[in-house]
Amino acid sequence: MKDKNCVDVNVNPCKMCMPMGACLAFKGIEKSIVVMHGSQGCSTYVRRHMAQHYNEPIDIASSSLNEKATVYGGEANLKKGLKNVLKMYNPKTIGVVTTCLAETIGEDINRILKDFMIEEEISSEDLTLVSVPTPGYGGTQFEGYYLAVRKMVEKIVEPSEPNKKINIISGLMSPGDIRELKLILERFGIEAIILPDVSETLDSPYKGLEFEKLPDGGTTSNEIKTMSGSLATIEFGVHSREDHSPGEYLKKEFKVPLYRIPIPIGLENSDTFMKLLSKITGKKIPEYYVKARGRMLDAMIDSHKYNGEGVAAVFGEPELVTSISSLCLENGITPRVISTGSNIKKIKAFLAEGLDKYGDEIVVLEDTDFETIRAYVKEKEVNILIGHSDGKYIEEKEGIPLIRVGFPVHDRVGAQRQVTIGYDGSMNFLDILTNTLMAQKYQSYRDRMYKKYYKEDEDIKEVTA
Amino acid sequence: MDKKIIDGNLAMIEERKDFIVCNKKEKGKKIKCDSQSVAGAVSQRACVYCGARVVLNPITDAVHLVHGPIGCAAYTFDIRGSLSSGSEEYRNSYSTDLREKDIIFGGEKKLTAAIDEIMELKNPKLIFVYSTCVVGVIGDDLQAICKAAEKKYGIRVIPVESSGFVGSKSAGYKAAGDAILKILELDGNSEGEKKGINFLGDFNLAGELWIIKGYLKEIGIDVVAHFSGDSNYEQIKEAPTALFNVVQCAGSMTSLAKKFEEKYGTPYTKVSFFGLEDIRISLRSLAYTLGDFNVIKKTEEFVKKMEKETTERLEPYRKKLAGKKVAIYVGGGFKAISLIKQFRDLGITPVMVGSQTGRPEEYEIIRKLSDENTVILDDANPSELERFMREKGADMLVGGVKERPLAYKLGIGFIDHNHARKHPLAGYEGAINFAKEIDLTVNSPVWDIIKKSGIGIE
Repeated sequence: MKDKNCVDVNVNPCKMCMPMGACLAFKGIEKSIVVMHGSQGCSTYVRRHMAQHYNEPIDIASSSLNEKATVYGGEANLKKGLKNVLKMYNPKTIGVVTTCLAETIGEDINRILKDFMIEEEISSEDLTLVSVPTPGYGGTQFEGYYLAVRKMVEKIVEPSEPNKKINIISGLMSPGDIRELKLILERFGIEAIILPDVSETLDSPYKGLEFEKLPDGGTTSNEIKTMSGSLATIEFGVHSREDHSPGEYLKKEFKVPLYRIPIPIGLENSDTFMKLLSKITGKKIPEYYVKARGRMLDAMIDSHKYNGEGVAAVFGEPELVTSISSLCLENGITPRVISTGSNIKKIKAFLAEGLDKYGDEIVVLEDTDFETIRAYVKEKEVNILIGHSDGKYIEEKEGIPLIRVGFPVHDRVGAQRQVTIGYDGSMNFLDILTNTLMAQKYQSYRDRMYKKYYKEDEDIKEVTA
Repeated sequence: MDKKIIDGNLAMIEERKDFIVCNKKEKGKKIKCDSQSVAGAVSQRACVYCGARVVLNPITDAVHLVHGPIGCAAYTFDIRGSLSSGSEEYRNSYSTDLREKDIIFGGEKKLTAAIDEIMELKNPKLIFVYSTCVVGVIGDDLQAICKAAEKKYGIRVIPVESSGFVGSKSAGYKAAGDAILKILELDGNSEGEKKGINFLGDFNLAGELWIIKGYLKEIGIDVVAHFSGDSNYEQIKEAPTALFNVVQCAGSMTSLAKKFEEKYGTPYTKVSFFGLEDIRISLRSLAYTLGDFNVIKKTEEFVKKMEKETTERLEPYRKKLAGKKVAIYVGGGFKAISLIKQFRDLGITPVMVGSQTGRPEEYEIIRKLSDENTVILDDANPSELERFMREKGADMLVGGVKERPLAYKLGIGFIDHNHARKHPLAGYEGAINFAKEIDLTVNSPVWDIIKKSGIGIE
């Protein structure tokens, strides 16, 4: 099976660039802002994409490189950019995210940042600068995201006394998901450092004229510093490279035990997470979740026949695609097309057990594009699409409903508060899938049956004539 | 400049101060504009590629191939509301999806192979190849590759010089204009009797081009080609046969119109179909330029009839909207000018007016049309927008997608005057939609609830 129709051309990208992922990650750090080192457009595209998804103001600065800076180096632009951002936003952390342009002209970012702190006489107590090398050609938003979190950890974490907390590397979850995650931890009675934490920053309450450009919330530097002393790290994400994984760094440098698990969507993935929390902390799984699990099982039984008729195409960021595919497989919705634009080549192996009995029925596409996904959607007779908004083109052209999840969602509201994790989140998300399948069947029922079976009786017609 | 505004609570960048004026009719400093964005200023502007893609993308039967890493093509995949009466090819986004090794060894081979694949897959008559930042740096020879492909396939493969760092969005408009001229250079039909007009600078968002074409038909004016909403290769080729060019989105199309005039001697005139006053002025200007008495007569009748109808339909809105204050921040200066008139017509006062790429002459007009003490600003950032909306007590902001959440967070209404909108704002229908949208946002019950019940809860 081919991952792409074409080798040298990507038709309708099912991925974004590395800087996008880095910008998403920095949004979860307390009072932080990103300066993108590159030409003006990169920051604007990222801002537009994020603002429309989260319905929050997204301010990202740019060093606005011009032709001269491209030839002679962008150091002056970057320093000026940092200075202006400090004046307007007074951030505690600035993410310096590079772009194709900055990486290709070969800027020595770390040296520039070091000089900047000295020249401006800024103490590292007052401001943390974290640089992330994210050329657009180096990977997708998925790699950019984990690499940014990795760089934060590398830069900020210090040796510290052991504590009773656990680290959670949250992955590309919605603010609503992070709030659900906090609720789970609260019910367990577990203290955690969630990195990044976008629960407040990308879904901030209305405050009227009290509005602040950098909203409250996000992981604090002090929390990040002490991640070295935590009981363990749970990293949501099983696909990223070892040298991009923040948890691997904490394990290597500070011997913090690491558990890399899938985003807890679906029964099995939620079980894994709950059991792990219990195992690490020695705390019993709260009664609430024993019941929630039971309710989810009950729901799965109630809807299993409807789900059994589901044939899905799942697309988007690889971790989300992996976990949603698990949810589908558990419920008899056949994910005949499992696809991502990221080039990781790991999804198939990870889902192997679930996929085995389907043989060739299921195709796993990595480093793919929407043109290819669409071809397989048709070939595999998919009846439900699950993924982000860019699948709308297939929805429109093929007349197959698209359940919007992941990033970006540009043509519906509420993506920032969507909850799909844990037993409750998974069950609600499953209900949406089931109801879509039911609606499809019920709405066309009378018409379909009539067209299929009703034949006008020629004899009767002749007699009455 | 009003001292109070400059020394307010919200920090402002020193270098940006020349880009902002507080309107004084007689004296007062000149506004700085048409310049590079200040690093770190958090400009709302996009890049050269964005400007070029916006202008060319509505050409419906062209393949739009972005030569570069994936981002540029990903962020422009089917995001705009331009409609087509024919091919849907333009809604796709093609990319050579350059990777690390291509940057090291050059992307030329990949581009050639990509064009080969596109020919096998879609066999189009026209391909635009957009250059991006990194391609400009590694020095791929787009011109040569496109030329070779044209020769090999006998179609048009047009390089678009849109590396992000070579200028601002306006430079992209120019690059798009140059690309269109390249089509005309070889394929343009300049034979035979000249008749009709070309309509430049409408992108057929929500069918706006179709609405205006309908009006022109009504008054007896034929449209030869339109750039670039609902246009195609065959139609563009006929453009040189038009009597004159009519330019709506002046920011993006003036440079093309000027070059067109140099090359084919086709004069151009600027129009705007936003708001009753501008529609009237524009239709009349077209009729009188053509000089056909019959057309002039029809125009007067049409305008009279439509204005009467529309005015009646706008009346209930006027009552509900009079006295409101608006902040305007849009892409081009010409659009801002139309908006000022349109708001005034509804009894709404602009208190802040700005644009991303306005030109000096446009800002002069904006100053003339604006009240004393109106804040006028070029290439603004969120901090400035926030500050002046607060200080001026705006009831709403009109702008693009990025600005919308800021307005809402400040608790004021928002008008989507951008390329993603799904309803027409041009023409008489558009004027009514515009009033309706303002009413929907400023008179929504949500503001009353906030006022009544407050933000917190005890």
